[in-house]
Amino acid sequence: MIDRKSRDLSGSRILGTAALGAALLFAAAPVASEPSEADFHAALQALDTKKFQQKAQAIEHLGTLGAPRVLEVLESLAKGRLYVRKDGRIVIAERSGKKYIIQDAISGRPEPEASKKELKKIKVNNRLRRLIRGVTGQLALFSDDPDRRIEAADNLIKNPNPQILPLFRQARDRETDDAVRAKLEVGIAVLELEADDPALRLAATATLAETSDPDIRSLLERRLQTDAEPNLEIRDALNGAIETIDRKLWLFGIAENLLFGISLGSVLLLAAIGLAITFGVMGVINMAHGEMIMLGAYSAFMVQEIFRSVVPPELFGFYLLAALPVAFLVSASMGVLIERGVIRFLYGRPLETLLATWGISLILQQLVRSIFGANNQEVANPEWISGAIEIAGGVTVTLNRLCIILFSLAVVAALAAFIRYSRFGLNMRAVTQNRSMAASMGIRTGQVDALTFALGSGIAGVAGMALSQISNVSPNLGQNFIVDSFMVVVFGGVGSLWGTIVGAFSLGIVNKFLEPVSGAILGKIVVLVFIILFIQMRPRGLFALKGRAAGD
Amino acid sequence: MGPLSSRLFALESRRGWTVFMGLAAVLMVVVPVLNLAVPENSWLHVPTFWVTTLGKFLCFAMLALALDLIWGYAGILSLGHGAFFGLGGYAMGMYLMRQIGERSVYGHPELPDFMVFLNWKELPWYWYGFDSFAFAMLMAMLVPGALAFVFGWLAFRSRITGVYFSIISQAMVFAMMLAFFRNEMGFGGNNGLTDFKDLLGFDLSASTTKVGLYVISALMLGLVYLLCRYVVTSKLGRVLIAVRDAESRVRFLGYSVTRAKLFVFTLSAVLAGIAGALYVPQVGIINPGEFTPAKSIEVAIWVAVGGRGTLFGAAAGAVAVNGAKSLLTGIAPEIWLFFLGALFILVTLLMPRGLVGVVRQWRERRAISKASHSDSHVSA
Amino acid sequence: MKTVSKLMAAACLFAGVFAASEGVRADEPIKVGVLHSLSGTMAISETALKDVMEFLISEQNAKGGVLGRKLEAVVVDPASDWPLFAEKARELIEQHEVDVVFGCWTSVSRKSVLPVFEELNGMLFYPVQYEGEESSRNIFYTGAAPNQQAIPAVEYLMSEEGGSVERWVLAGTDYVYPRTTNKILEAFLKAKGVAEEDIMINYTPFGHSDWQTIVSDIKKFASAGKKTAVVSTINGDANVPFYKELGNQGIAAEDIPVVAFSVGEEELAGIDTGPLVGHLAAWNYFMSVESDKNSEVIEKWHEFIGDEDRVFNDPMEAHYIGFQMWVQAVEKAGTTDIDAVRAAMYGQTAPNLTGGTAVMNVNHHLSKPVLIGEIQDDGQFDVVWETDGVVPGDAWSDFIPESAKLMSDWTEPFSCGNCEKPSS
Repeated sequence: MIDRKSRDLSGSRILGTAALGAALLFAAAPVASEPSEADFHAALQALDTKKFQQKAQAIEHLGTLGAPRVLEVLESLAKGRLYVRKDGRIVIAERSGKKYIIQDAISGRPEPEASKKELKKIKVNNRLRRLIRGVTGQLALFSDDPDRRIEAADNLIKNPNPQILPLFRQARDRETDDAVRAKLEVGIAVLELEADDPALRLAATATLAETSDPDIRSLLERRLQTDAEPNLEIRDALNGAIETIDRKLWLFGIAENLLFGISLGSVLLLAAIGLAITFGVMGVINMAHGEMIMLGAYSAFMVQEIFRSVVPPELFGFYLLAALPVAFLVSASMGVLIERGVIRFLYGRPLETLLATWGISLILQQLVRSIFGANNQEVANPEWISGAIEIAGGVTVTLNRLCIILFSLAVVAALAAFIRYSRFGLNMRAVTQNRSMAASMGIRTGQVDALTFALGSGIAGVAGMALSQISNVSPNLGQNFIVDSFMVVVFGGVGSLWGTIVGAFSLGIVNKFLEPVSGAILGKIVVLVFIILFIQMRPRGLFALKGRAAGD
Repeated sequence: MGPLSSRLFALESRRGWTVFMGLAAVLMVVVPVLNLAVPENSWLHVPTFWVTTLGKFLCFAMLALALDLIWGYAGILSLGHGAFFGLGGYAMGMYLMRQIGERSVYGHPELPDFMVFLNWKELPWYWYGFDSFAFAMLMAMLVPGALAFVFGWLAFRSRITGVYFSIISQAMVFAMMLAFFRNEMGFGGNNGLTDFKDLLGFDLSASTTKVGLYVISALMLGLVYLLCRYVVTSKLGRVLIAVRDAESRVRFLGYSVTRAKLFVFTLSAVLAGIAGALYVPQVGIINPGEFTPAKSIEVAIWVAVGGRGTLFGAAAGAVAVNGAKSLLTGIAPEIWLFFLGALFILVTLLMPRGLVGVVRQWRERRAISKASHSDSHVSA
Repeated sequence: MKTVSKLMAAACLFAGVFAASEGVRADEPIKVGVLHSLSGTMAISETALKDVMEFLISEQNAKGGVLGRKLEAVVVDPASDWPLFAEKARELIEQHEVDVVFGCWTSVSRKSVLPVFEELNGMLFYPVQYEGEESSRNIFYTGAAPNQQAIPAVEYLMSEEGGSVERWVLAGTDYVYPRTTNKILEAFLKAKGVAEEDIMINYTPFGHSDWQTIVSDIKKFASAGKKTAVVSTINGDANVPFYKELGNQGIAAEDIPVVAFSVGEEELAGIDTGPLVGHLAAWNYFMSVESDKNSEVIEKWHEFIGDEDRVFNDPMEAHYIGFQMWVQAVEKAGTTDIDAVRAAMYGQTAPNLTGGTAVMNVNHHLSKPVLIGEIQDDGQFDVVWETDGVVPGDAWSDFIPESAKLMSDWTEPFSCGNCEKPSS
């Protein structure tokens, strides 16, 4: 079945049965064999026009040619990689630095490089991209890659078109992968909802009741509302199916809010965890905490830039791993500098640390602004944490958020273990519980102070590296987190790591359950008022420290 | 001399009164005269720009006094005083909006412009009464006072102190900011209230009005200063200082710490409200920006720079820091934050008692050296 | 008494230092005030505008200045602090005696300085798209009014070319520009027969960073079987997390296009635009437009700033046009006197960088072309639609009943910014 020759030529994975697919689809097209080069050339050159309408016609025409090479061309067009050379020929070009690497569109043969001035891009818009997706998507139903087959089926379900039904059925019959087959069954059911045979319609309704997709729910509802369904029994079945889906969606809705809440909570936790040490454990009202986060984010940016220029592109995705120690070290060294330079003179005067660290925060912000400029810096999501996992019924977790949830928990666990089991952690606890006693036991309290502050700052830096994946990286980055961080620490209980964790997640979840009801802004206000009232009831927060260390 | 006037006279030392009266004379007589009576091309002329800017600083000084009253004397560091200042400002702003009347953009006799284009048909109930100046001024004091009373009652009753109080006061001002940003609140959202025309019939763009507002600010600052001085030298003031230094001991001695704190906190909020009300007509805008947490933190910085617990220092610190900010944003627009940040760090490190502390120290040293000098003279 | 006299002397000195005003001499430079935040939340957008003003002034000086005098930029930092904007505006006009000010970003900053400019009879060029509903004698609005941005964008999406959108999400930051724009759009959409339930309006606070719920709501709203689009008036900082969430939740532009009015090249500089290809923005200028004038200016700009990667965006072009017009008006008037320059401003033309000619109208708004661009994976936009000619900016929207009856014409005999249209 597989046409090896065309496969080699195109280099595309999906082309095995492309010719077949195209032939099935465009039954009107006379031949499925290779079109003559002249036809191809003529059809291709028709793309060189300013009018999108004419381009659309050209794309449809190219589709009917059914040549494997057409797919490559159309996909390049959708990606904006199709250009017109100065001599009027259409080529596929990819930017590489200042030059463009070029191959001939029809033959795929490499050509000499060209500069931007020699090329004119063939522009596409959303409508054309949708059109191309339709044409290539039908072909992708027969791809070798199950993920692409699912994607293609999804796309076709979104824009149901009765003509696809035979194609779907055929794809189902050949399908070996269960997940893809289920998807195809749904696609068939969607189209069979309009079948003439009532039995088919009823069966389709039953199939669709199994899904949990809001799109399909609204499709069923529309069938009822527009009175497209005359049969009373099927109308009942449709109603039943909608109810079944609704029940599932309600549950998914709750699950989704919970997930969003946990995700927001993990962001809050990351933002607050460093402060839980500098403020919670050491009692320094560290207004420069946000700037430590910012430094971490900028460290990630720097490492990324170095990777871009030094490391081979296939390793680029791992820059975040390299950024982790860098972010920690940069922020931690800044922490040592701040502690030794300023804060150590201010112990016992917590409110004055507020003023000094406020000054530090202004200086750091301006420093970053002077060096990197005031605008946002791009910190890319590496490939491996881009995209989302769809759980069910439109509930998706984006991968970067999932990573942040896991990462925040890992950071907290590592920190807790460090404080609990390491020698330094022991010293640190001793100094915070009773400084003079610790000193008389021979602990160098000054050193412990500096390192504790460095630890808190370093963790803030690591948090900044993680937050750079979902947030702006600008000199104002820290300011966005500072108030929230203090709320989390105070709400959870100053000095309690456990309190910070519980505080962050509960505030995140409460916020996300309020948001759909009250809107984003009121939700946030309600949470703040709740914190104020909560502190009245438990002035030391959720998990108050007991004993000596709890004193002011 | 009656008891009141003798009490008044006792508020300050002889030297203190001299400085106070001297400053009052400069601020309230010399500056206005140099602005209004001296021709513009004379080098003695004070431009209107500096009069309004100074007027603004005086309002900040009043706000700093209000904070010093509770932080310096009762040990309550509020990082949410911008809330009270802003509320006072909004009360004044609402009065000024109502004064615009048909001169507004859409010419609606009653509704401010932002309500007209949001399709509001009638004035919300909480805007009633603000066409009366007396009512608006009453509200400028009552609303911040009431908020402070409720907030303080909740906080002091459950003995929230120190850092915890500071942070929840931040939460309060942050929540206020979010609330006032909402357009549904009916306070003009992010744009706030602006485009004011006149105050009690005086045209706000006339330089005489500006000078008048400035003189009133100076006068009010003087009065607020004396009031604060009165409070801190009273018996209550001594209780407050005792609370600051050893709260539980005062409690065991049988004083109601909660009541004393609540009183002074509410008073402080009212003063902040007055400052806000005077501030708005001079800068011509009030918007939720006044509620940003950073602004409230800055107030604490003014007090610390000037010298906490001295009243005079708080006011001086407000003028000094804001003056520095005004100058530096003009002279070194791209690096002024370095200077301001360094100033805060150096002040906390090297001048723990603020500018006033440095002056005092210097004066004491001089007195000692003088004394020793005269001693040696005698012995010689 | 001694102390008092000391203080008096100090005060006189203080007053004297700041009162030292200089008389204007012919060989002295013409001062141009630049009032853009260089610190605080708005620095992210405004710093580039300060840079572009310095660029334009140095270019003009290289050509010999204006009226034979050099230009001098007076840069101050209003620090994203609205009352400070008013103070700095007064400082520029009264203390530095500047002849014109280029500055502000966001309506609140403009509203804050407006009384100062009117009181002191200054001249301000405001370069950012805004909600309209204002026309001051002392301000020239070189950014787009809603009819030069929002309405054409929505019309495009309704057309077959744009995808025949029938269902609309109007998402914005909760402040006056989105509120007004959405109100205008709502009225416009209803007039076009869009039903109430096909419009979803959502507001979020400034700097909103957690978009999970809202993006998921948009997905649900779009699942009703009608083609759905999002009209975004989300402000600056909140855009990066919004687009990141869109990309990650897999909302492709082919399914739910997002058209934004506050997202340009500068904002996209902070995002990996790969997943965003096809989402739209409506502006009067895109850096990617190919014209000789555009590439010439961008080349010089890169040379001036010493960084090939710096972008040039719509508000920067607005300053470019405003500055050209001001220079021409000063030369036509032969003086920097505000009233004379203002009179010379009307009817001034300057070439748009994208082709065609911008005209300054008597309502202080420009006639400019409207372009709609789709985001590309290199962070630039491809123009997919543009107006045939230029569109004159409306100070007063026709879609707000109270404003529809107002008009603005600052020339004699009308000379009014918000008066009822003379019935004719």
